[in-house]
Amino acid sequence: MINKVITKGEFEKFISGIIDANETIGPKQVDTDRDGKPVYQFRQVKSFGEMDLDYTITYSSVKNFFLPFREELSRFDFSEKDWDQTVEYRVNPRAIIGVRPCDINALNILDKVLIGGAYPSPYYLARRRNTFLVGMDHEPLEDCFCESLGQDTVHRGFNLFCEDIGDKYYLTIMSSKAFRFLENVKVTDPTKEDDIKFHERRKRLRDMFKTKVEMTGLQSVMDIEFKSPVWKKWGDKCLNCGSCAMVCPTCYCYGIEENIDVGLKSSRKERVQYSCNLVDFAEVAGGHNFRPLKEDRLKYRYYHHYRGFAQNGDEPICVGCNRCGRACLAGINPKDVINELQLES
Amino acid sequence: MDYKVPKQDINTDPLLSKSPDFNRKSAVMKTDKVYKCEIINIVELTEFEKLFRLKIADRTERELFDFRPGQFAMLEVPGFGEVPLSITSSANNKEYIELCVRKAGRTTEVLHQARLGTKLGLRGPFGTSFPMEEMAGCNILLIAGGLGLAPLRAPIYWASENRNQFKEVHVLYGTKEPAQMLFTYQYGEWEKVNNIKLHTIVEKGDSDWKGRTGLITELFDEVTIDPQNTYVIVCGPPVMFKFVCHHLNGEGIPMNRMFVSLERRMHCGMGKCCRCMVGSTFTCVDGPVFDYWSVLNLKEAI
Repeated sequence: MINKVITKGEFEKFISGIIDANETIGPKQVDTDRDGKPVYQFRQVKSFGEMDLDYTITYSSVKNFFLPFREELSRFDFSEKDWDQTVEYRVNPRAIIGVRPCDINALNILDKVLIGGAYPSPYYLARRRNTFLVGMDHEPLEDCFCESLGQDTVHRGFNLFCEDIGDKYYLTIMSSKAFRFLENVKVTDPTKEDDIKFHERRKRLRDMFKTKVEMTGLQSVMDIEFKSPVWKKWGDKCLNCGSCAMVCPTCYCYGIEENIDVGLKSSRKERVQYSCNLVDFAEVAGGHNFRPLKEDRLKYRYYHHYRGFAQNGDEPICVGCNRCGRACLAGINPKDVINELQLES
Repeated sequence: MDYKVPKQDINTDPLLSKSPDFNRKSAVMKTDKVYKCEIINIVELTEFEKLFRLKIADRTERELFDFRPGQFAMLEVPGFGEVPLSITSSANNKEYIELCVRKAGRTTEVLHQARLGTKLGLRGPFGTSFPMEEMAGCNILLIAGGLGLAPLRAPIYWASENRNQFKEVHVLYGTKEPAQMLFTYQYGEWEKVNNIKLHTIVEKGDSDWKGRTGLITELFDEVTIDPQNTYVIVCGPPVMFKFVCHHLNGEGIPMNRMFVSLERRMHCGMGKCCRCMVGSTFTCVDGPVFDYWSVLNLKEAI
């Protein structure tokens, strides 16, 4: 890790260089919501000016660029009485600019699950290795609670991270690629004054968090409150639409679909993002459903996110972005559910 | 120095050129590459269950498919889907493997139409197994309900092939009706050749049925259990093993000597898709074989 500072003018030159040489994805305003507030998404960009780097939060997370909603795992080509399977990992180098700390932390969690555990996913690995990631800090929204989960700052999982210290960015360089790219522009070593500004910036951002979620001892509380009426209360509201999982930066559960092409000569096996709140998530052949009730399914998602599962070392996988809370049509959000659970026990 | 992000092509990784070895869980490999195999025999066991004998075409892949009793495989029917099936043949058999398939969904229905010579895909073996070596010197009690006999056939083969290592071997088997009994053609061999005591019961008999009728737990009166020298393997519907394990726990069999095999929906078999989660545990990686203590600790297991 090497720290440097760069003026905002030089930074624009630097990012423009990356955009000109690579397929680049950045935050852009794509719409306005019913209150007239801007809606941001990560989209392919062709110039620096196209991006809104001071965006609040993107509606969907960058997860979708590593775990696309639908992805071909392999294909079968049929012949007379036989078939051949082809497996290919797509590796198109690209850059993603302006990713927030919580979203990078989310990728680090996905790394643990999808690369670190049993049977590493080569599909995910190929995409992660071929992505140049530039992170940026930001002012939290009123309902962000990543600070409660310790996910408001990030120290790995990116190539370059930029913290806004006024007329300059305080850079954390984490890869030789980023270091070499920065040789094209003027960067300087941070002065004592820059360091002080960096600390002031971090403290100011930390003090801005208004939403707190009580995480103390939550894992054992989840186990003890497995039969709590809190689950039924919130489960009854749930519409089983799966929106929370679609916008979540760490939800990775999926289903496999296999479809024969219209020409009947080949078929595709695809991974499709799924949600544990969808009714048939745990249904087995023959029709038995291991989670028949809405509350079972809602609880399961919270259990996965805050109790943590085997492959993520029993750590919560939520990063506190509250995308699920904003997307939920039924008004369910982690802060209310968890704080209610914590008070009850 | 230009700004080009270099391409890292993992398709050329030497580990990916080889056939995947599913017994090496953490090594990078083609996780979704199947072993091609051919159906070399089909036995119609009941109206709904067929036994498929499969031979892996490639010799290297045949050797890589080295499984232990209790493990499962993902069977691919190209164009239709993939299903998790427990391996029901002998772990010693390196020539072919057998899978017992109930017609229960879209893929298995297609599979039931397959003929000899059909080419299928196989991934595995996956999951935990029964600790057969640890059981040596003791009695084994195998308890199966319905289709649950299929996963128990592998440990039955193990016990038969290493019969001198075990004391008494009992199989307790119950189904709803006599017509649903699986592997009936092997019962004589198990009893006469392998000295395995088979106890059967059905919930509802027919005119030909001369055996007992009732629930599987009633068969316990036929077996004298030595709790300190007995290992138990249970496989069947959740409601069955709840009662069976509760009874055996009362008999004084240590919880870490009672094993159950759980069934859940699976899409990947590799601890990724999360469809088979029980509480906070993957059935595919941490199971399907669990000891009774672990099962009691799993939320939503029973």
